[in-house]
Amino acid sequence: MENQNKKREPLLHITKRAVMPVWQQALIRAGAILSAMILCGVLAFILIPKLSANPSRIGEFYSCFFKGNFKTVEITWAFFKDVAVLLCISLAITPAFRMKFWNIGAEGQVLVGVLAAEGIAYLYGSRIQSNFVLLLLMLVAAIVSGALWGVIPAVFKAKWGTNETLFTLMMNYVATYLVIYCLSKWITSGSMVMPKLQVGVLPSFVNQYFSTILLVLTLTVVLYFYLNYSKHGYEISVVGESENTAKYIGIDVKKVIIRTMILSGALCGFAGFLIGAGVNNSVSDTSVGGRGFTAIMVSWLAKFSPLFMLLTSALIVFLDRGASEIASVFDVTGALTDIFVGLTLFFVIGCEFFINYRLHIRNIFKKEEKAA
Amino acid sequence: MFKKVVSLVLALTLCLGVAALTACDNGKNEKLGQSADLIPEIALDTTGITVPSTFKIGFIFLHDENSTYDLNFINGAKRVQAALGLTDDQVVLKKNIPEGNECYEAAVDLANAGCCIVFADSFGHESYLAQAAEEYPNVQFCHATGTTAHTAGLSNLHNAFASIYEGRYLAGIAAGLKLNELKEAGKLKGSTPLMGYVGAFTYAEVISGYTSFYLGAKSVCPDVQMKVQFTGSWYDETEEKNAAEALIAAGCDLISQHADSMGAPTACSDAGIPNVSYNGSTYEGNEESYIIASRIDWAPYFLYITKQVCAGAEIDTDWTGSIATGSVLLTGLNLDVAAKGTKEAIETAIAQFKAGTLDVFKTSEFTVKGAALTTYMADVNTDPAYTPDTQVISDGAFQESSFRSAPYFDVQIDGIELLNAKY
Repeated sequence: MENQNKKREPLLHITKRAVMPVWQQALIRAGAILSAMILCGVLAFILIPKLSANPSRIGEFYSCFFKGNFKTVEITWAFFKDVAVLLCISLAITPAFRMKFWNIGAEGQVLVGVLAAEGIAYLYGSRIQSNFVLLLLMLVAAIVSGALWGVIPAVFKAKWGTNETLFTLMMNYVATYLVIYCLSKWITSGSMVMPKLQVGVLPSFVNQYFSTILLVLTLTVVLYFYLNYSKHGYEISVVGESENTAKYIGIDVKKVIIRTMILSGALCGFAGFLIGAGVNNSVSDTSVGGRGFTAIMVSWLAKFSPLFMLLTSALIVFLDRGASEIASVFDVTGALTDIFVGLTLFFVIGCEFFINYRLHIRNIFKKEEKAA
Repeated sequence: MFKKVVSLVLALTLCLGVAALTACDNGKNEKLGQSADLIPEIALDTTGITVPSTFKIGFIFLHDENSTYDLNFINGAKRVQAALGLTDDQVVLKKNIPEGNECYEAAVDLANAGCCIVFADSFGHESYLAQAAEEYPNVQFCHATGTTAHTAGLSNLHNAFASIYEGRYLAGIAAGLKLNELKEAGKLKGSTPLMGYVGAFTYAEVISGYTSFYLGAKSVCPDVQMKVQFTGSWYDETEEKNAAEALIAAGCDLISQHADSMGAPTACSDAGIPNVSYNGSTYEGNEESYIIASRIDWAPYFLYITKQVCAGAEIDTDWTGSIATGSVLLTGLNLDVAAKGTKEAIETAIAQFKAGTLDVFKTSEFTVKGAALTTYMADVNTDPAYTPDTQVISDGAFQESSFRSAPYFDVQIDGIELLNAKY
């Protein structure tokens, strides 16, 4: 028996591909999104009662993705604002990820940024006459606190080799409870809700979100050059590839780790400033709303390239907003529509397998008699 | 094949056996179950309301059906939709909208979609809803639990709440009578009856709630005391369960809660401690512990705002629903757990509420640091420092919900101990 099995070619086997042409890669990814969309449609047909009762609404189902993102001018601005915020956090974690420093603490780093910015606006906003000065103070406070939240795990990792993944994760919880603590101190009515502040608001020109979007676009370009064309960027890549190589060519690994995490944390703090001053004008323990974790996916899907992150963050925001629209139009729970988002992302990530590997399937008809 | 047949036969025999056993069991302990609702939902009176085909109402919910709090609002919206025969296009529900800029975006979206009314259900939505109200003066923005409509200076921003403290008082009577029963049977854990209460935050809405519950119990069980444990969250099943378990361990004979998950009812069910619930019946699965529950029915308010808008009339800036408007409801009594005579006692109190002869916060019924309350300034008009600004004691009672709809009773009265007041 065993001998026979050894001789027989396995039903499936995989080999590593040589680099695939870019157009083929794009085709596979588009195919993945398309098939995910078709599968979502089938699932929706089964799971959404209003759709199974009236199958002709399937067109409406797909148009929700468009409507949720671009139905009106306001919604289109909100779409770009959401992309900008997610993109900003993704950019922020990218330098650390390029260094293979697995920083999953963006959620907390952004949150302390929001807390610092809005805390300044809440406590001192009425006393500082100039909006510009107030915004500047908020910006500095957000960046410093974000950097601080980022550098603590980095110092521990550089000095004592602690696990940065666990450390940064735990720092998220500290940040969340710090917000709750501050709210319980500041909001003496006990409701724990800070009402929308009227001071420390990013000025609105063209649109209230325009400055946020512009700032993040600028940051994207700057970070692209920093990572790809600066000495720092080169050092980050080398440390990421091999610490020993880095040491061999005279790079101070500890210094690079700490410096990069200060940068990462500071950028997270900056994202927190944008969420605070540009969008919410308030802080709560859900101000970041999980985007610190979503950003990891955005960054990873874009293979840590700032320019590709424009696309991946737009894709995720597009899916999320579309899913909310479906939930509203077809009156289903958001948990159901989140499945569609998850499914699509699964296909997008899964298709990477087919880009990197070739799948061989044995021709089963050829040896049919033997198998029986 | 033979094996399959044998196993099938065995399985069938087993099933039948279990069924037979259960049947016998049922015969032994006949369950009385729940009584009819003590204050049932009222029929929605739609006479005289003509809804134009252009009418559209939009709802903003913090969570979705999985939260009992939001489910209560969603059910109210659907009831009004059915009563008025509105199409799905005329009633737009937006769920899982956080208390941030997303609320403003959702409100603007609903206003642009042609909604005449936009309603939001969570406290933190208010300032974002107000921002939208400023930009869309022709759309009516209604907000549950909010506190700022009467000072915002916007004619299209409205607050609403219900005198749920009356409902909690009634539920408190059921609790007090149960404690009396335990006392007579010698089943109290301590020498005097002790209740436990799981609250969300040390916030007026919660304080008003547990105080009215306590006063209800005290009205029939004068020596009752209460401990309150806060969770610091409106919805946290684990924390609520932990808090209830801690209270039970601290010697509480009965538990009630003002938080939105099944945490506390489950803890009571596990420990065999009677539970007075909130936001609707939690009888199912807790048949041995559940007594009664109060809740707010929002359908009458939704009907009211629709009626006003369709008639081109103003909506009250502050609207407080009551037992009379059908906004304060009481579920059926679990006849297997509640003490004898509970139904009658509650019905008497309901009649007194309806006649206006019963006042929950009568200053003769409670003391603060050993003395009766003769004067109290409450924070009715919300300002950044939450300064007390209004004298709320008059005619021998704390005038709850008469200066604005949302509760402002935040007095710590004697007999109630806060275990972790920081929240």
